[in-house]
Amino acid sequence: MPETPYLLAAVAVSAVITWGLRALPFAALAPLRASSTVQYLSTRMPAGIMVILLVYCLRDLPVTETRVLAPLIAMAVTVGLHLWRRNALLSILGGTATHVVLASVVFAH
Amino acid sequence: MPIRTPVVGEPLRPVDRQLVAEPSTPSAPLLIPAPRTTAPVAPASLPAPAAPPAALSALKDSATVGLALVPLGLAFGVLIAQAGLDWWWATAFTAFIYAGSFEFLLIGLVTAVAPLATVALTAFLVNIRHVFYALSFPLHRVDGRAAKAYSTFALTDEAFALATSERARAWSGRRTVFLQLYMHLYWVGGATLGGLLGSLVPEGVTGLDFALTALFTVLALDAIRDRLDDLPTPALALLSAVVARVLFPSQMMLAACSLFAVALMARHFMTRRSADRAHGTERHA
Repeated sequence: MPETPYLLAAVAVSAVITWGLRALPFAALAPLRASSTVQYLSTRMPAGIMVILLVYCLRDLPVTETRVLAPLIAMAVTVGLHLWRRNALLSILGGTATHVVLASVVFAH
Repeated sequence: MPIRTPVVGEPLRPVDRQLVAEPSTPSAPLLIPAPRTTAPVAPASLPAPAAPPAALSALKDSATVGLALVPLGLAFGVLIAQAGLDWWWATAFTAFIYAGSFEFLLIGLVTAVAPLATVALTAFLVNIRHVFYALSFPLHRVDGRAAKAYSTFALTDEAFALATSERARAWSGRRTVFLQLYMHLYWVGGATLGGLLGSLVPEGVTGLDFALTALFTVLALDAIRDRLDDLPTPALALLSAVVARVLFPSQMMLAACSLFAVALMARHFMTRRSADRAHGTERHA
């Protein structure tokens, strides 16, 4: 069981690093804003980063076991709902509920 | 005009007295029921203050993806409770760090009492992608040091996705910062509630952490749909992520973002060179 001072330190370290990574690049990149390469990157990065984050979330999929079906089916539900209704909240709730049911009931050990 | 007939001799109630004091309608102000003048529809019928209030527009902007942070926060709070931490750690984590995907990892790190250096390195590697956000996030539209500072602090993936989306092009800086604030509140509120209710969730219930995957699924779909004419970009990103997962599993985030940035730059220079060449050929012809 982690002690309070340790937890406080962990929160402080994480907060400082996260904020630093978010704030400092603005100062460093400001002079580059006019460059055509940076503009090319800036319009294309957002969609790509979201795809990378998605793959990152799925990095530990248990591909050799049947319980891999829980996240895969839940993903299909999320995508299906989103293409159908285009309502982010609905898609996320639907996908998560599907996953919780599958992981807790169907593929529970 | 008269809506309510006052009973003769009835003493004026405080609201009525207030109306008497109003200079605009001298003849029959007592007859207008007070609630009418304070009804929420009233501001819309008044001459609008310069622009629609940014705080209100941002609240509407936050309604879909932003509100999804509530169930995500709930999931986070429940995981905090299931890890055996006091509920208010859910509040502290989400209020001061505010980096969803990293915080889910942090639960595992702190319950294993990982060294602070490991915590720092993980924070760095998982959040290094934010370096690239400075390229597209419209911080130049945010006025004031405090607002700029908060805006960078609250520059989450969700805020980045919304602020760089097609419909955000005309947003004022204030509107973006308010949106970030609301999402911060949803996240902290959801997590706190989850921390408090976490002990009530039955032992066998798992899989709430999928909320994060679902969120990124939705953000990716929306971002791709914004630029349907440019499918090679998400394809390059997918390839970079898979290659990074296979070759650099322990530093996947950093590797994937770097590979993707390099791939994009290579593509940029290749298309530019071939465009130049085509141009040159034309000139020589």
